[in-house]
Amino acid sequence: MTAPSDVPGSAVHAEPEAVTVGMGTTIQGRSLGAIAWRRLRRDRVALGGAAVIVLLVLVAIFAPLIVALLGHPPLDFHYEKIDPDLQVANGPFGGISHDFLFGVEPVNGRDIFSRVVYGSRISLLIAFLATLLAVLIGAVLGVVAGYFGGWVDTLISRTMDVFLAFPILLFALALAGIIPDKAFGLEGDALRIALIVVIIGFSSWPYIGRIIRGQTLSLREREFVDAARSLGARSPRILFTEMMPNLVAPILVYATLLIPTNILFEAALSFLGVGIRPPTPSWGGMLSDATHWFQIAPNFMLFPGLAIFVTVLAFNLFGDGLRDALDPRSR
Amino acid sequence: MRSRRVAAAAVIAVSTLALAACGGGSSGGSSSSGGGSDVGGVHNVSDVTGGTIRYANSGDWDSLDPADTYYSYSWNFARLYSRALVMFKSAPGKDGATLVPDLAESLGKPSDDAKTWTYTLRQGVKFEDGTPVTSKDVKYAVERSLDKTTFPNGPTYFNDFLDLQGYTSPYADSDPNKLGLKAIDTPDDRTIVFHLKQPFSGFDYFAQMPSTAPVPVAKDTGSKYKEHVVSTGPYMFDTNDLGKSFTMKRNPNWDQATDPNRKPLPDRIEVALNVNSDDIDNRLQSGDLDVAIEGTGVGPAAQGKVLADQTLKANTDSAISARLWYTSINSDVAPLDNIHCRKAVEYAADKTGYQRAYGGATGGEIATNLLPPVIPGAEKFDTYPTPGNAGDAAKAKDELAQCGQPNGFTTGISYRAERPKEKATAEALQQSLAKVGINLEVKPYPLGDYAKLYAGKPDFAKANSLGLNVFGWAADWPDGYGFLAQMVDSRAIRASGGNTNFGVKDPEVDAMLDKALVTTDTTAREKIWVDIDKKVMDDAYILPGIWSKGLLYRPPNLTNVFITDGYQMFDYLALGTTRK
Repeated sequence: MTAPSDVPGSAVHAEPEAVTVGMGTTIQGRSLGAIAWRRLRRDRVALGGAAVIVLLVLVAIFAPLIVALLGHPPLDFHYEKIDPDLQVANGPFGGISHDFLFGVEPVNGRDIFSRVVYGSRISLLIAFLATLLAVLIGAVLGVVAGYFGGWVDTLISRTMDVFLAFPILLFALALAGIIPDKAFGLEGDALRIALIVVIIGFSSWPYIGRIIRGQTLSLREREFVDAARSLGARSPRILFTEMMPNLVAPILVYATLLIPTNILFEAALSFLGVGIRPPTPSWGGMLSDATHWFQIAPNFMLFPGLAIFVTVLAFNLFGDGLRDALDPRSR
Repeated sequence: MRSRRVAAAAVIAVSTLALAACGGGSSGGSSSSGGGSDVGGVHNVSDVTGGTIRYANSGDWDSLDPADTYYSYSWNFARLYSRALVMFKSAPGKDGATLVPDLAESLGKPSDDAKTWTYTLRQGVKFEDGTPVTSKDVKYAVERSLDKTTFPNGPTYFNDFLDLQGYTSPYADSDPNKLGLKAIDTPDDRTIVFHLKQPFSGFDYFAQMPSTAPVPVAKDTGSKYKEHVVSTGPYMFDTNDLGKSFTMKRNPNWDQATDPNRKPLPDRIEVALNVNSDDIDNRLQSGDLDVAIEGTGVGPAAQGKVLADQTLKANTDSAISARLWYTSINSDVAPLDNIHCRKAVEYAADKTGYQRAYGGATGGEIATNLLPPVIPGAEKFDTYPTPGNAGDAAKAKDELAQCGQPNGFTTGISYRAERPKEKATAEALQQSLAKVGINLEVKPYPLGDYAKLYAGKPDFAKANSLGLNVFGWAADWPDGYGFLAQMVDSRAIRASGGNTNFGVKDPEVDAMLDKALVTTDTTAREKIWVDIDKKVMDDAYILPGIWSKGLLYRPPNLTNVFITDGYQMFDYLALGTTRK
């Protein structure tokens, strides 16, 4: 009789070893970050978004150089490009030419290309700073609320509710109207930027705060936190060394998704006339001016509108990809 | 509020346009020879009666009640259904700014000190129900116009000038006939006497306001009277759907024999309210509407279309209004307290940029002084001439040196945030003044509180260094007083804000204003207005920008179309139509 051991199907007993053999001789332990990075690399849409974001940041940083090469100073008037009767550009397509890539602004003939390029500085700067502020406040308060619970949680959660219920746009309009020209040692554009950053940051931190609080609530019941506590770790150590690393992923994801919201918020404020002051260019401000001209000078509205659209889309696509990569279950 | 004063536009050089326009007269359906000729600034002269004229308003009427309305288009239109003591003549150009008696037999007869004014009413004038009009109806109409709680929109000239002695309103009047006001006497049914607390030589301008049109006390329903105003003019209200539309028909009790001023042509008048302004422009061109009643001209979109099309362009009139768009130079703010620094601003400003901000030559004519050319007696002069009105850097720098600021200085420029043209003005001035080293910080403020809390509040303007304030001003009627009084009288500046004089502070100007008020001779008075204009310009308190213009579109079926200097738009009393 042939012995059963001749049968190649003895794998039934040898399964664990078979796996080891199949994967090669060395086991690569991958960190969470490396796994996420692998997933992200395979997501072409997210990578496309990231490429656009990098490009936009470069444009914002090198705006003076780009404008020197391809445009005209953003504040210079070009009356000679404007039809004195109609107050729109001479010639077709809003004055688009090799000299003025996006055409010229009605009435004063400013270079729309240069203004869109410089506008990216304001939009991105404000969006990044405001997001940073929102993340700082939201993460710290969210962790504290989730970890300590009790009356601390109640206090912080109700504060979030109050902020979420606040008619923030109306508040921003009122605040921007009464703020003096010089305050807190700042003046001019710097003060306006700081003001908008504070307004946007303070209005959007509860969104992050709630998510972090929820994550913290589930994390603090996990075994490794119990382990740390039973080893005698104090709260600050548990919070910042044990739990924070586990919170980096959601913070990163929601920060990326908050940036486009903040870009739109800044555009809305500028559109309503309480953003950055003229003649400093900003996308929202340009859109606001263009509303009076869109029927006869559509390019004035098109290009800043496209800039906002592309930026917001890029951040959203990248943010979505990042979330999928860091937390595939949320798909 | 002052900002409501929409005096809009006036006559002007229509000659070239008029020549081109005659061809279009026959497209209205009627091929009669009545239409199509242009005489003395009047397009399509005709006396053919009948038809309906269709008006549209992009907003709501402030009120049809003659006591409660403060738009110049409304005052123009009110002559169709009400007869005030005096009215602006229904005539083209300068003649349209002259006053003629309407309900009264003649213009007002002043006492020697110009403090008492007497009018005698025409015989035979009746309300739409056939009741004869008496001087008591006029007195009652003026009394009710004093009540600013019930009628908040109307002007306050009678409140300011009549010797009220505490009288507030006929609705709070203990007199059984509600005629308790002592400042107005009615010795008989045809005589009315006004007693003023201070002399005022231009009282006839007050008497042309719709609030002197008679109101029968028995029919007065207070704030609801606007639902059915009792007519004394050639038309009476047929239907009235407040906020939407109203129609008018001929008034059977209006008698041509009592009225030398009116020749009513159409049988019906239809007015649509709250119509989108771009829609109005399109419907005017398609023949679906006859008149954009506000008379401020077509919007920017339609303007581009009309100016690019010779046929459409031929059917337009450019009306220059009694409105000045200007920038106040605030002497409270250092270093503009120094006259040389103010003069530097006058010389450095590029007015072609100012004009571009308001739409170029179509939007207005470059102003070199205050009084708009449509104001009777106005003189055009230029105290700070610059080549091509584009600014003179050399002269500006010279003034800066005399001011002790050879390298220039920094100050703020305020404008009304909701007004794109004012923003464009601020940016244009920023550009041109920067060339001589004057740096402007651009500061927008909300329109609603601009005069009350911001630029028009002296301590705010000073604390925030609002050295320049972009603003505009229009006359309530084409006359030096109506234009200048609120703009240059330093005694009108209130510390609490709400000012329309942002910084003209010259006691000599105040004295000249007082002198004008007691000067009953029209020519002499008009001379004083010009002197005030010159003095304010010498002081360099105001940087004049442009005298506003509107591009009015005139559908070919309209007859007797002309622009009157009285209201600076088409005269609605004269219009007829060939469309039956």
